[in-house]
Amino acid sequence: MRRTQRESDDAMLSLLLAKGDGTIWMPPQASTVAGATDYVFYYILYISAAFFILINGAMFYFIWKYRRRGPHDKVGRITHSTPLEIGWSVIPGLLLIPMFWWGFKGYMEQRTFPPNCLEINVVAAKWNWTFIYSNSFTSNELHVPVDTPVRLIMRSNDVIHSCFIPAFRVKRDVVPGRYADLWFRATRTGRFPLVCAEYCGTSHSDMKADVYVHPKVADGQAKDPLDKSYDEWLKNADPYGKLTPEQYAEYTKDYEAFKTKYGGDEVMKPIVEKLAAPPERGQQLWDKKGCKSCHTLDGTPSQGPSWKGVFGKEEALADGTKAKVDENYLRESILEPNAKIVAGFARGVMPKTPLKDYEIDALIAFFKSLSGDQK
Amino acid sequence: MSSLHPSVAVAAPAIPDDPGTANYLTHEKGILSWLGTLDHKRICVMYLYGIIAFFLIAGAFALLFRTALLFPQKGAVPGGIQFLISHDMYNQLFTLHGAIMIFVVIIPGIPAALGNFIVPLMLGAKDVAFPRLNLASWYMWAFGCVWLLIALLTGGLDTGWTFYTPYSTSTSTRVIPALTGAFLLGFSSIFTGLNFIVTIHKLRPPQMGWFQMPLVLWSLYSTAIMQVLATPVLGITLLMLIVEKAVGIGIFTPELGGDPVLFQHFFWFYSHPAVYIMILPAMGVMSELLATFSRKHIFGYTFIAFSSVAIALLSFLVWGHHMFVSGQSSLLGTIFSAITFSIAVPSAVKVFNWVATLYQGSIEFKAPMVYALSFIWIFGIGGLTGLFLSTMSTNVHLTDTYFVVAHFHMVMAATIFVFLGGLHYWWPKITGRMYNETLALAGCLISVIGFNITFLSQFPMGSNGMMRRYYNYAPEFQSLHVISTIGSYLAGVGFFVSVVCLVQSLFRGRKAPANPWGAATMEWRTPSPPPWYNFETTPKVEDPYDYDLLKYNERTDSYDYVGRPAGAPRPAH
Ligand code: HEC
Ligand SMILES: [Cu+2]
Ligand SMILES: [Cu+2]
Repeated sequence: MRRTQRESDDAMLSLLLAKGDGTIWMPPQASTVAGATDYVFYYILYISAAFFILINGAMFYFIWKYRRRGPHDKVGRITHSTPLEIGWSVIPGLLLIPMFWWGFKGYMEQRTFPPNCLEINVVAAKWNWTFIYSNSFTSNELHVPVDTPVRLIMRSNDVIHSCFIPAFRVKRDVVPGRYADLWFRATRTGRFPLVCAEYCGTSHSDMKADVYVHPKVADGQAKDPLDKSYDEWLKNADPYGKLTPEQYAEYTKDYEAFKTKYGGDEVMKPIVEKLAAPPERGQQLWDKKGCKSCHTLDGTPSQGPSWKGVFGKEEALADGTKAKVDENYLRESILEPNAKIVAGFARGVMPKTPLKDYEIDALIAFFKSLSGDQK
Repeated sequence: MSSLHPSVAVAAPAIPDDPGTANYLTHEKGILSWLGTLDHKRICVMYLYGIIAFFLIAGAFALLFRTALLFPQKGAVPGGIQFLISHDMYNQLFTLHGAIMIFVVIIPGIPAALGNFIVPLMLGAKDVAFPRLNLASWYMWAFGCVWLLIALLTGGLDTGWTFYTPYSTSTSTRVIPALTGAFLLGFSSIFTGLNFIVTIHKLRPPQMGWFQMPLVLWSLYSTAIMQVLATPVLGITLLMLIVEKAVGIGIFTPELGGDPVLFQHFFWFYSHPAVYIMILPAMGVMSELLATFSRKHIFGYTFIAFSSVAIALLSFLVWGHHMFVSGQSSLLGTIFSAITFSIAVPSAVKVFNWVATLYQGSIEFKAPMVYALSFIWIFGIGGLTGLFLSTMSTNVHLTDTYFVVAHFHMVMAATIFVFLGGLHYWWPKITGRMYNETLALAGCLISVIGFNITFLSQFPMGSNGMMRRYYNYAPEFQSLHVISTIGSYLAGVGFFVSVVCLVQSLFRGRKAPANPWGAATMEWRTPSPPPWYNFETTPKVEDPYDYDLLKYNERTDSYDYVGRPAGAPRPAH
């Protein structure tokens, strides 16, 4: 229920943003290269419109003026004119040169990386984006500071994807087996869509992420994490990462006891408030890490087996053997998807998704909750 | 060289007494007389049946997925509705729509179907240079279609028509049968191209120099060069992909040590020229239609002819404009961008010459002419929007969006419309029947308007970030998607009307005279439909656009060839 509320907020927000200062042709401009791209876009648009009107205007005028009136119409005898031919080759040719030149300059600007970029690693996989920050926090949202050059270093876990941020006018294919990169410098704060531009299979169109551009100077009082500076956001981004291993063990073991123990603590309180119960955390990961595009929770198999009731069951494997689904089985299935293949499903479909140990713990807790909380 | 001569190649039954009753359609009977025929005209008819059938199938696929696109969120996403067409079905529909339209319909549409009919007739020849190869090319085409159908029926195909690796090597859909189909279709195209090159070189009558040829032959010749030089690269690429997928040899898959971008280079090395393989023949037909229905000599013959050759040659050097964001080096990208701009000039020159042909003409709005005029409008949009995509920085923003989809559909639609224009134009010659003019005009206008609604709405969608091959999309694009879908329904109605019109003519159509339009090229100087040996007497070679040589005959409702009065000058071009 909560999720649908959030989604409808999201839809509102994206609508507002799209209306922002985009035009009927272009989304809002939010990076340093957007202006140059739009400039040449409109140059081409006006030249094209002029030529289109010229050609079709002449055509409509001629077909009306010289429409057939009878078999004895007088027909012009002109069959060629070299000056005309040269004129209409050279003049359009000259008008093309600025297009090429501005396009080239704009492109080179996008491909010339400024020194000292903030670097963020990106992993593309069917069908979600993972962003890995300098403190090794990973998220499915891209957070960047405004007015700072950012370099995305991207790799793919499976097929070709393509990272496209329309408001920044940047796009780059993420080809498996090599790194791809792109850079941008955001010029305004806010939220912008990031989409996959290269066809990558079933849920290609659902492979999207949000880009959050944070202000330079923090508004200390800000409640909305968007109004915090990038650094401050990053520091607080991962409440789970802030737990010590001991605290983490307590959190996993008994969430309620953990809450009462630390809920009153001045330092720990804001962190604890952000934590979800482990199974709930597992569900969030299912949603955010793209597991949901292949695994349902209601028992209907889709691309992969449903997660309902899997934990504790005897799983029939493709090689004819059976395996008991316990913590180790799940861990292996998630980290090495091709180690054991469930009977009836294809090898090589499930991607390797980068997950931290405690995220796997949370997923396991979620699996257990889906099997009626077997311990 | 005598073995090249068609009279030797064609098995020669006795010439019937009355050529008026025994034409190429009727002089032999039975299905086997068709399946074993070496007659270029019958091969044209066999192509036409197949191409029109596949055009309707692939068009129906498009209407299905456009229907799915009425709704922004479908399936297991927040706010998603359950819709008949799932993610995977959608992916298969657009893949097969593209693959069939390109490989089965548009590439062979004008050259193999219409070209087969007109090339020998326009040369005053009895057949193409290699009639057996011609039949073989039809069988290659038919087998290719069979393989595509096998792929379709045994599990479909979801790679997109581009077969990009490593998606195509990892998907579980029927990639290998589909590749086999595309491979065979490629060979069909090579055979046709080879045949036309030799035919135009060797079977031109001695009095017909290169510059006395109808312009459509220049464009078919240029097309043939591209077919022969570029298609083998596609064949090899598809074969490598089959080998990689079947045996696991690493060529394109990174896990096996291959390079996915290499596949794109190979693929576009063929598929960019393929764009011109599809559009150049249409440009040739354009020149015929515009001159005939303006009753005026084509303007700028030499420039139109040479621009075809220029386009053919340059088209080999621009493939990298599909890969500005794929990781090719910036230097390479820059070179490709520059050459791409230079190909815009010969295309523009053709359009200017066509418009100039209309000037001081006597323009008759018959269906083929209206199709030709729509070409100027539609190709105008398709060609000019190409400039946005040749420019590197705008390309980065627009590539893989609906802007590209709309751009290439405008170009491809231009070909489809001229194919239909040409089909109506030569229909009396091919079938011996006149179609119903009103119905044909209605079909033409409805489909042209529908097409414009469908794709004009997609340009702003694309530049605003609506991605191609998307099943779900952001709700703010819904209104434009609805407009686009309505347009596609309208276009569907238009095409349906055209098909009804043509089919109806076969049963109800008036008998066609020899030269109903008053065209000056040679195919109109033999009865409609022609006898199997094409010409009773070898026609005299004249300027193909000199309409003074024809005189309207009220009795037959046809134009008689009267020839040049003694001392009258030939028009210079
Ligand atoms: C592209 C589709 C896909 C995605 C995305 C995906 N999986 Fe899978 N998954 C599969 C398939 C197919 C199988 C069955 C074949 C196998 O065992 O590898 C599977 C099997 C599993 C299994 C074993 C289930 C059993 O019944 O034994 C687990 C556990 C699992 N996936 C976890 C995950 C997690 C966690 C994620 C998200 C991080 C995820 N999967 C994302 C396709 C996917
Ligand atoms: Cu993707
Ligand atoms: Cu191209």
